[in-house]
Amino acid sequence: MNRFLFLSLLFLSFYSPVLAENESLTYSGYISAETRFFSGETSYSSQDNVSLSPSIAIEPELVWEQKNGSNRMVIRPFLRFDNDDDNRSHFDIREFKWLHSEENWDVVAGVDQISWGVAESHHLVDIINQTDLVEDIDREDKLGQQLINLNLYGQRGILGLFVLPGFREQTFPDNQARLRGGYPIDEKNATYDSGAKEKHVDLAVRWKQSFGIWDFGIYHFYGTSRNPTFIPQLNNFGEVSLVPHYDLIHQTGLDLQMTSDRLLLKLEAFYRAGHGDPFLASVWGLEYTFFQFQESQADLGILAEYHNDKRNSEEAPYTSFDNDLFVGWRLALNDEKDTIIVGGPIIDLDHQTTFLFFEASRRITNSIKFEFEGRYFLNVSENDPAYGIRNEDFTTLRIVTYF
Amino acid sequence: MRHWNRIVCKFGLVALFILFFTSYGYCADDTQRGQLIAQEMDQRDQGWKNCSVTVFMTLGNAHGETSRRELRSYFLEVNETGAGDQGLIVFDSPKDISGTALLSHSIIQGPDKQWLYLPALKRVKRISSSNKSGPFVGSEFSYEDLLPQNIEKFDYKWIKDETVDGLDCFVVERYPVYESSGYSKQVVWIDKVEYRPMKIDFYDRKNSLLKTLIYSNYHNYLDEIWRASTLTMANLQTKKTTLLEFDRYIFRGDLDSGSFSPDRLKRIR
Repeated sequence: MNRFLFLSLLFLSFYSPVLAENESLTYSGYISAETRFFSGETSYSSQDNVSLSPSIAIEPELVWEQKNGSNRMVIRPFLRFDNDDDNRSHFDIREFKWLHSEENWDVVAGVDQISWGVAESHHLVDIINQTDLVEDIDREDKLGQQLINLNLYGQRGILGLFVLPGFREQTFPDNQARLRGGYPIDEKNATYDSGAKEKHVDLAVRWKQSFGIWDFGIYHFYGTSRNPTFIPQLNNFGEVSLVPHYDLIHQTGLDLQMTSDRLLLKLEAFYRAGHGDPFLASVWGLEYTFFQFQESQADLGILAEYHNDKRNSEEAPYTSFDNDLFVGWRLALNDEKDTIIVGGPIIDLDHQTTFLFFEASRRITNSIKFEFEGRYFLNVSENDPAYGIRNEDFTTLRIVTYF
Repeated sequence: MRHWNRIVCKFGLVALFILFFTSYGYCADDTQRGQLIAQEMDQRDQGWKNCSVTVFMTLGNAHGETSRRELRSYFLEVNETGAGDQGLIVFDSPKDISGTALLSHSIIQGPDKQWLYLPALKRVKRISSSNKSGPFVGSEFSYEDLLPQNIEKFDYKWIKDETVDGLDCFVVERYPVYESSGYSKQVVWIDKVEYRPMKIDFYDRKNSLLKTLIYSNYHNYLDEIWRASTLTMANLQTKKTTLLEFDRYIFRGDLDSGSFSPDRLKRIR
């Protein structure tokens, strides 16, 4: 299926179909070349002790559209070759959808990406798409999700209805790779609460509205948990491996933002049932921006986000964000090269495990961009889920060419 | 001598009084005149309902290096009380920000509302509208220069009449009354026949001349709407320039309030 799509896309990219006068076809995308530098030694003997790990990725996008905008087709596949991690070399359909728009409603059918939430350090309430964890440990990259999504637009906000026929399993680094964690993951034998397994049809409904300076969204989701729990098992070689298990959950979520002058206040929270006892999780954030900081052209944003999660880690999937504080900054130089530097530590308030990240980007030419990313683990406690990757500090340098 | 002194004193006092009242009256008159010119300018620029245009932006620095951006601008005339016009900017180039969209709803009393759509994140962010004076994508235009501005956002004062490029112009100062403006005042040259802006001098918060904007290549659309096809902004302090070239103006097209809805911003292309 995936191979077929990829080939048809390749074909389409060299083939100019005859278009009617009210139609347009646009082709764009990027190729990125990167290398990761791992500064520490690996922690586990089965890992390859790689310190320099190059990789390339391509993400073309093809959009066909009627000029009045009433019908649109989008195809956006993603392909990565990784030198060291077989699981990171992967292909995914990020989007393959048809959109039909009317005055007060629209409908999307196919594979799409939906992003919910307002926080910066962790997207707590975001749930429609599965995390493509091999891409980056920050969980920002998502796999495409097959869906039918109807949106009704009115004076009372947007009502979105989602039918999600089928589930995508989380991706994991392979057993030899850096960043693989304390135990090998046996993702091929994943188990499910639902008898329908990955074919369970998940459902979600979301209402989004705004009143003056307040914007909020409320949703309910019923379906397969995007985060698995792990069941330890002995494999054929007598080694312990972790088998992902995906529970069926009910989750009610809220995201809220107050936008006032230079200050943004943010809240994301959910109540989840399905992994043993139900629990609450939340992130409370603020963002204050100093525009034209120190009479320069730059804007400096200061961010603080507090994470709290009441889950029982014996029953529910691990989270690093149980009692954590993120303090960070975003510096936008507002220069013609669009230079941006963001970063900061996320500190566990129980045992001071600290995850420190930096991201910087700068345009080189009109179609080439340079990116720098650093992910570092400091003072990692044995009790933290990041313990397995405590020695996996890495820095990524990336050149992205857009076409 | 004492007599003379007294006369001089009296005369001086009377003269001062006259000066005070006439100059006071004179001031009020200039303010009113400035306001009337701004109203006439505003009146003549109504009835276009909505507008779309392609914009080519060229940034130049003191060393002669340039970089280009391409974007589309959309505007919606809003006639509700309390609400100002709405604007939407969508980038086509540079490619790394292609598809990025900035939506602004101008509010007459109080801060505007703004949203940013970032296609890479598939996320619409409500953003602070306080960033009025910041540079727009590294250019010499600030956000307040490009987003919809309503007549109520300034106080006005007529200064003098002057000729610019052979056109008789009113010279009107306008003072921002909204918060966070980067300007203490703007001096606008408005031609007396068509009430079009020909030139604007921007004064920074310290009241020194910061930038000069020249409007050129005016075209008349729908027999009533005038738009300059070229805007040249020169920053006199940094010696940088930004050139805006407008192409394919469409007025009274099929845009409606739905096209400017933050809820639909993620569908923008």
